[in-house]
Amino acid sequence: MSAFGKIYAIVWKDLLTEVRTKELFGGMFLFALLTIITFNFAFDLTIVNSPDRPAAVAKAASGAGAIWVAFIFAGMLGLGRAVSLERDRGSFDGLLLCPVDRGVIYLGKLAGNLIFIGLVELIAVPVFGALFNLPVLQPALLLVLGLGTLGFAALGTLFSVMAASTRARDVMLPVLLFPISLPVVIGTVRATTMILTHQTGDLIPWLNLLGAFDVIFLTIAFLVFDRVVEE
Amino acid sequence: MLRAIDMRIEPGERVVLFGSNGAGKTTLLRILATLSRPTKGTLLIDGLTIERDAQAARRRIGVVAHQPYLYDDLTAEENLRFFAKMYDVADQHSRIDEVLDLVGLAARRGDRVRTFSRGMQQRLALARAIVHRPALLLFDEPDTGLDRAGVGVLERILEEQASAGGSVLMTTHDLEFGLRAVDRVLLLDSGRLVLDIPAGSIDADDIAERMSSRS
Repeated sequence: MSAFGKIYAIVWKDLLTEVRTKELFGGMFLFALLTIITFNFAFDLTIVNSPDRPAAVAKAASGAGAIWVAFIFAGMLGLGRAVSLERDRGSFDGLLLCPVDRGVIYLGKLAGNLIFIGLVELIAVPVFGALFNLPVLQPALLLVLGLGTLGFAALGTLFSVMAASTRARDVMLPVLLFPISLPVVIGTVRATTMILTHQTGDLIPWLNLLGAFDVIFLTIAFLVFDRVVEE
Repeated sequence: MLRAIDMRIEPGERVVLFGSNGAGKTTLLRILATLSRPTKGTLLIDGLTIERDAQAARRRIGVVAHQPYLYDDLTAEENLRFFAKMYDVADQHSRIDEVLDLVGLAARRGDRVRTFSRGMQQRLALARAIVHRPALLLFDEPDTGLDRAGVGVLERILEEQASAGGSVLMTTHDLEFGLRAVDRVLLLDSGRLVLDIPAGSIDADDIAERMSSRS
């Protein structure tokens, strides 16, 4: 079976497990939804209309931050839980025993994580658009969502495996992930703000930055995964 | 910690590794299974090194460890199908039927592992370990949780492995079972191999005495 077939088998196994247990998606989705709703009410009360910064623009800018806070924390919740469940049950060692390049295992786990985070985004983005009254169905915004999610999940998958083998894994994942994923977080928030406020003049450099970091993070994570899972 | 382990297991040979708790049995098996890397030394599996031929070497190994390495929320058949795919088993359907029959779980093939007893999970772990017809079986206390019928299944797997020219290295705390099921006995003490003799030349009492005198 090709590497693609093995990635598919890993993703199938993860999705089937999640469909039956509902341990990850429900928590991730509720967290994202709660964050968006909370920020929506907070901004409604505090944003002031001024001539140089209309309330709609201020709300869009704040909304960009709110939605990425929701996705990053919901993603982290799912990433940490997915690997720790597998580590605790010993099934991750069973996966490592398979005659498969460890990079392929990484890509399989990454693909599963992207699907889970993507599903959360698929439902949460329209809710965000409705609550903040913002035009979210824009190709550019979908592109930023894709690039940002890929970069964050690429690093998150690697660090969740690293953190899962430590004693203080719940603390270790954010400690490891946040500083290094900062370029992606800043890039996505800035690009999302530009799209939602219709100030897309400087969007291309941010998209280039996100694309570059995605390639760098994916390549590094793919190459070092073998060392990360080794005892 | 393991020290200066120098051993060779021949094709068709079944070997048991005895030792007190903490002697290093599980560590040795994890190194042989390629899950841990030794700080020094060379590991060859069918002439293949882990550094250069990791995937080919892993294809030749079947492992049963303290944890069953199974997915609780997949059925017995789904677990075996997943591992059969990962190991590129050619005749997946017939092979899965064969190993489920062998371990006596054919009637429960559609049930989730979560619903299995400890002994049934251990039987399925045995099926998972042999589904790809490995040349070397590494079994860490494979008799844990097994009833008498389960131990019979285990003995049959060990016999079939040897008759097919495959090798076995296993650990167990059941000295009688260990001596009955193998051709050669190793004793590990504080990370060192202190005994390496044919199984017929020693009995369980002698092994127990050697283990207690060293602990």
